[in-house]
Amino acid sequence: MLCDDLTLAPGKSSIEVVQGGCSRGAQAFAASATTKNTPLIQGRSATFEQAMAHAAGLLKNSRRPLFAGLATDVQGMRGLAALAETAGAVMDHRNSPAKFRNIFTVQSQGWITTTFAEVRNRADLIIMVGTTAVKNFPRFFERLVWPATPMFLEDIETRRVVMLGPESCAQATSPAGRAAQHLPCAIEDLPDVVAALRARFNGASLDGDAVAGIPLSALDALIEQIRAARYCVFVWAAPDLPAQHGELTVQMLSGLLTELNQTLRAAGLPLGGNDGDFSADAVLLWQTGFPFRVSLAEDRPVYDPYLQSAEGLLARGEADLLLWTAALAPHPAPATSLPTIVLAGAGAAPDDKVDVWIPVATPGVDGDGHLFRGDKIISLYLPAVMDSGLPGVRAVAQGLAAALGGAPC
Amino acid sequence: MLIKLTGGRIIDPVQKLNGEVQDLYIRDGVMVAAPEPGERIHEEYNLQGRIIMAGAIDLHTHIGGGKVNIARMMLPEDHRRDLVSRHEHPRSGCGCAAPSTLTAGYRYAEMGYTACFEPAMLPMNARQAHLEMGDTPMVDKGAYAMLGSDDFLLRQLVANEDQRAINDYVAYTLNASQAMGLKVVNPGGISAFKFNQRSLNLDESHSHYQGVTPRRIVFALARALDELGVPHPLHIHASNLGVPGNVDTTLNTMLASEGFPIHLTHIQFHSYGTEGDRKFSSGAARIAEAINSNPHVSADVGQILFNQTVTASGDSMIQFKNARHGSPKKSVVMDIECDAGCGVVPFRYRDQNFVNALQWAIGLEIFLLVDDPWRIFLTTDHPNGAPFTSYPHLIRLLMDKSFRDEKLAGIDPTAAAMSTLGSINREYSLYEIAILTRAAPARTLGMKNMGHLSPGAVADVVVYREDADREAMFTAPELVFRRGQRVVKNGRIEQVVWGDVHVVKPDYDRGIERRLQEYHQRYQTINPNHVRIHDEEIPILTNGGGLQIHRCSRHGGAL
Repeated sequence: MLCDDLTLAPGKSSIEVVQGGCSRGAQAFAASATTKNTPLIQGRSATFEQAMAHAAGLLKNSRRPLFAGLATDVQGMRGLAALAETAGAVMDHRNSPAKFRNIFTVQSQGWITTTFAEVRNRADLIIMVGTTAVKNFPRFFERLVWPATPMFLEDIETRRVVMLGPESCAQATSPAGRAAQHLPCAIEDLPDVVAALRARFNGASLDGDAVAGIPLSALDALIEQIRAARYCVFVWAAPDLPAQHGELTVQMLSGLLTELNQTLRAAGLPLGGNDGDFSADAVLLWQTGFPFRVSLAEDRPVYDPYLQSAEGLLARGEADLLLWTAALAPHPAPATSLPTIVLAGAGAAPDDKVDVWIPVATPGVDGDGHLFRGDKIISLYLPAVMDSGLPGVRAVAQGLAAALGGAPC
Repeated sequence: MLIKLTGGRIIDPVQKLNGEVQDLYIRDGVMVAAPEPGERIHEEYNLQGRIIMAGAIDLHTHIGGGKVNIARMMLPEDHRRDLVSRHEHPRSGCGCAAPSTLTAGYRYAEMGYTACFEPAMLPMNARQAHLEMGDTPMVDKGAYAMLGSDDFLLRQLVANEDQRAINDYVAYTLNASQAMGLKVVNPGGISAFKFNQRSLNLDESHSHYQGVTPRRIVFALARALDELGVPHPLHIHASNLGVPGNVDTTLNTMLASEGFPIHLTHIQFHSYGTEGDRKFSSGAARIAEAINSNPHVSADVGQILFNQTVTASGDSMIQFKNARHGSPKKSVVMDIECDAGCGVVPFRYRDQNFVNALQWAIGLEIFLLVDDPWRIFLTTDHPNGAPFTSYPHLIRLLMDKSFRDEKLAGIDPTAAAMSTLGSINREYSLYEIAILTRAAPARTLGMKNMGHLSPGAVADVVVYREDADREAMFTAPELVFRRGQRVVKNGRIEQVVWGDVHVVKPDYDRGIERRLQEYHQRYQTINPNHVRIHDEEIPILTNGGGLQIHRCSRHGGAL
């Protein structure tokens, strides 16, 4: 969420969040303590110069490198995209499998969406579709759903929250203690439930009295709530949708929103932005025209979201090197027999099994960063709050590109 | 470093040079007078028979910001029609309707453009706009911040706040978002759509902000810019875009500023009547007449050309309505941060479609019926009317009556019959094209050292081979210099440069910052100090580009 109301205090070797923030933020700052500053070449300590030279050598010998992970900020992605042009790499983000549920929907039919401040100030009905949001956005309810001063609601208690899906959560209860309405269903049934909701809105009759355990009367009652609302927001998080038909669920929501907006106002809030995924895809979009799974191996960008997934390329042996970037969170590189270079941010355990392990600055902690928020509309400049002396991803990428005789960006 | 450009024919309306043969000198990136005899010339170009102009300036082109990136995401099939090789350009990319930033920069330079202005930068999304512009090589850039559907201003109007308070807010916004001007899009309408209003006429009240009308918004903002001394007047995307009969709205909008200077953008989309069997007709003659007789008004055309493109606009209200006309049929509409909105709809303009054909004719009629070339600007509202790469074709349509007539004969015959285009004989001269694309944009933006070649101007210089086919001539200039560096030769990028960012920084009472701090604390999700772009951040956003600050002075500006 890019919460910008934290108070930080420098500890002995790390940063402590004194006020504001959440468990995820606290972890990220605390992790700055565990950062190891020494690069490794096949498990042996090396200087940065040695590590860079070794990594450049591997890239030089690679004919089809895969740049994956991509958990970095705008500047890091600028550097990696330029390096990919020089090295002829395919690029894919670790969150892609979930993100493509949304991307495919935008590319096939589009959608109607909204942003955090609109939700905070305008929504009188919030329907959480298959997500509680709090796993990746611990302060979602505190900051967006239950603020004391919503702009267009006289009383925050008039806001209604409906949890559609397997879970509800304590945070969904209003400040005065009114619990959210919960329409429970198994996560794999969510596509059916959303489809049924849309069908009922359009006046279709359905066989039976219930869908996935939810009575049709409850769906009809929800539709009445939606019709009565001034601004209804459907919130979903692509990673929380079921593996089967996750994309179809987003398409259904998009279709329903188009239909609702013929006479009413309603919008979707597709939550994202974890591990820098919005930052990385923004840069790839404006520099290449395509989101993830784009290849610069040929002389022009090739976008193939089916054949060029990182998982697929690794499984089929269609890459010959992995450059894994995890500057924002300590995600380990996937297990592979390919030569592997890792750019690791704060909190990552040194990996002595990979060929080259290069510690890098974490944007907003020990490196300057530009990151997009979970609604993709606001981006912030996050200057470093401590100095570890580590290079940022962009500097490493520029160094490698220069060693390869690289592109001018 | 002293460079001499020898023997070219100079077309520079600021110096009133219309093809006179003159030698030009560039010293360290700046145009200079002839040096002392005997001084060493480091480089000399023999340019006999060539046409020389200043670098072209596009004052309205959607090159950066959230909605452009949404358009890119939506259109992989369109990008595939024009994938650009890294052998063609220093880096690969894609073209067509929503080009990659890299390709856009290279192609602008190849056409002799050296500065581009993004016309719809949402204050909340300003950093993204600067990041995208920052990754647009070769050209200088700037942006107009968008106000007029933001909650803060609408509250100010409800409360009948003093104009000085509005001026402070406008000036703060221009400073905080690093903007060159101010844009209003469907004044109040983007906000009204969030309250489920589906249209908002010039004198219609917003349903929530009682008593606030588009007319009041236009007046307050136009007056603010004038009182702050911002050179470029309020850049207005008027109410009722695309709606048959909107010509009356547009004519009334001209009066809404009560004489304060205004710029009506993509006016072609706002010049429609309701005559004829189809209840859709040209209002171009009335619009042109009004521009001719209202010296406080300038306009850019937003010409449409027949092809696939994408419309990307802040006008969520109109874009939602137009989504059903989209092709391919997909659209994105967004409500944004109690601040603004956007809508992206792909569009295919067809010459055999009556409405599209008439839109094409209306745009050209406006170009040809407005008398003063200093107050009409050459735009396609890239990419909304057509991608910027079609400018050379548009220039030929304006300069070549027989070419124009040939194209007119090919469009839907009903539309052709309803247009006066065939009876208009005017052909633009090279001198007038230089006004439209260089001198006038620089003047309205207050960039005193650009748009001309006098000593002291920046050495952004374009050398064309004379060619009766003006489309060919303007497609590929022989040489392009930016700040005296040769960056393009024979249509090929020779050297990659990163442009500067052009901004204005009008003064304001710092009290507004405290008010905004309290307001954001109460209602918004982010601290305004963190949204604000400080000068130190500019080089990081722009790959090392500099900041060009233009002076604000009361009545020192545009018109």
